[in-house]
Amino acid sequence: MRGAISPAVAQAAGAATAPLDVSLRINGTEHRLSLDPRTTLLDALREHLHLTGSKKGCGLGQCGACTVLMDGMRVKACLSLAALAQGREIKTIEGLAQGDELHPLQASFIERDAFQCGYCTSGQIMAGVACISEGHAGSPQDIREWMSGNLCRCGAYDHIVAAIQDAAAVYSSTQEG
Amino acid sequence: MHPFVLERPRDLSAALSFGAQPGRNDAPVEYIAGGTDMVQLLQEYVRRPDRLVSLAGVLDDGIEIGPQGLRFGAAATMAEVAAHQGVVEQFPLISQALLNSASPQVRNQATMGGNLLQRTRCPYFRDVGYEACNKRAPGSGCAALEGENRWHAVLGTSDDCIAVHPSDLAVALVALDASVELRGTGGDRSVPLSELHRLPRDTPHLETVLAPGEVITAITVPANAAGLRSHYLKLRDRASFEFAVVSAAVAIETAGARIRQARVALGGVGTKPWRLPNVEQALADRSLEPGELRSAAALAAEGAQGRGHNDFKIELMQRAIVRAVEIAGAHA
Repeated sequence: MRGAISPAVAQAAGAATAPLDVSLRINGTEHRLSLDPRTTLLDALREHLHLTGSKKGCGLGQCGACTVLMDGMRVKACLSLAALAQGREIKTIEGLAQGDELHPLQASFIERDAFQCGYCTSGQIMAGVACISEGHAGSPQDIREWMSGNLCRCGAYDHIVAAIQDAAAVYSSTQEG
Repeated sequence: MHPFVLERPRDLSAALSFGAQPGRNDAPVEYIAGGTDMVQLLQEYVRRPDRLVSLAGVLDDGIEIGPQGLRFGAAATMAEVAAHQGVVEQFPLISQALLNSASPQVRNQATMGGNLLQRTRCPYFRDVGYEACNKRAPGSGCAALEGENRWHAVLGTSDDCIAVHPSDLAVALVALDASVELRGTGGDRSVPLSELHRLPRDTPHLETVLAPGEVITAITVPANAAGLRSHYLKLRDRASFEFAVVSAAVAIETAGARIRQARVALGGVGTKPWRLPNVEQALADRSLEPGELRSAAALAAEGAQGRGHNDFKIELMQRAIVRAVEIAGAHA
């Protein structure tokens, strides 16, 4: 019943697709690329720009490992076609630290030991940054609900929640100060 | 992904001229808006259009509330509508349904129009390794009838398809008498949301009444749906980021401890967003006593047909209605 189509065959048949000129603004820098229209934003980042911090887990929008910010809002890069991200301001994990100074959430992930294998971590951090800036980090329950788009197969959730709480506290004290 | 030409038209009339047809697997041209469902379908070879027409930047994304009610452009994102102050205050059922959908990332990307046109989560439709799917390949059969059908529909089914329409938003909107505004090369028209999706019957590959090229431009909700006591109850296999096993959208107007009028729709159980006029009629002028609600909710089972694994939904959906009405009524 299964195995009616071979994706490899279909992929090979697509070799003739005409490339598109695409200009992407990533972490403040403009990149001009020539891309197959099928290229997702995630593949453009990883395979064409060698920004491999954003990870490919499922490639279907389920795991959140590819989370990046687009015009300040968190999105799944695996569900965006790169050509349709033209004109948007994209921020990846590589653009989060200021030089050698880690973003407060990066620092709190280390402090709280909020990862084991680390594969989901960049997506967790990008989603966590948005979760805090949206105002959805007020309680552990809030954080769990608003971080539900990011899976961690090691099960480091307790530490991830704690790290986001810590960073949210740093943010609010900075804003009050 | 199957190779496609990506069109990025400058305006809506240029987009319409390509004749894209949503919701038909044999259509050679398809639209892409937020892309959260389309890219999955492309990645899995479920959809193999030769041409993909982007709607980015050519559709209205505004949200307005006026004397006529609520109107949002088809390009408004799920996150924008869910967080809109007027929607939260006057149409909380819509906001609640949206916040119970997908994940924060997807809600930032997915559009209102695309949400209504998202394809079923039936695993046999989504996995091209299964040959039998009348929706994907007309005449090939339905693998779900005798397969793993715990997630499948019990209302509006046929012997050719029992796939569930997966949208939470559509369930809330259909309960509030929403309409969709459509634009095609032939002009504009408005269609009640309850008539946008077709029943599967013996043509499950035809999912909507959209004509070739036609696109959803806006969604409207009449003003008389504002300010009702409402609740969107979503029952699912995990607490967040999951489709409904059963959901109930309920909006009621009460007078003292009695229900004056009720609107009830179900998700997770129908082949399209499922409104229940018979239950609504029975609820009118009843008290909020559990026994009274229970006998009215029982009418939801009229015509319901389980296929084995999903038999439990027939009981669960009645209980969901009772619980949702109780919660909505308790806000009194």
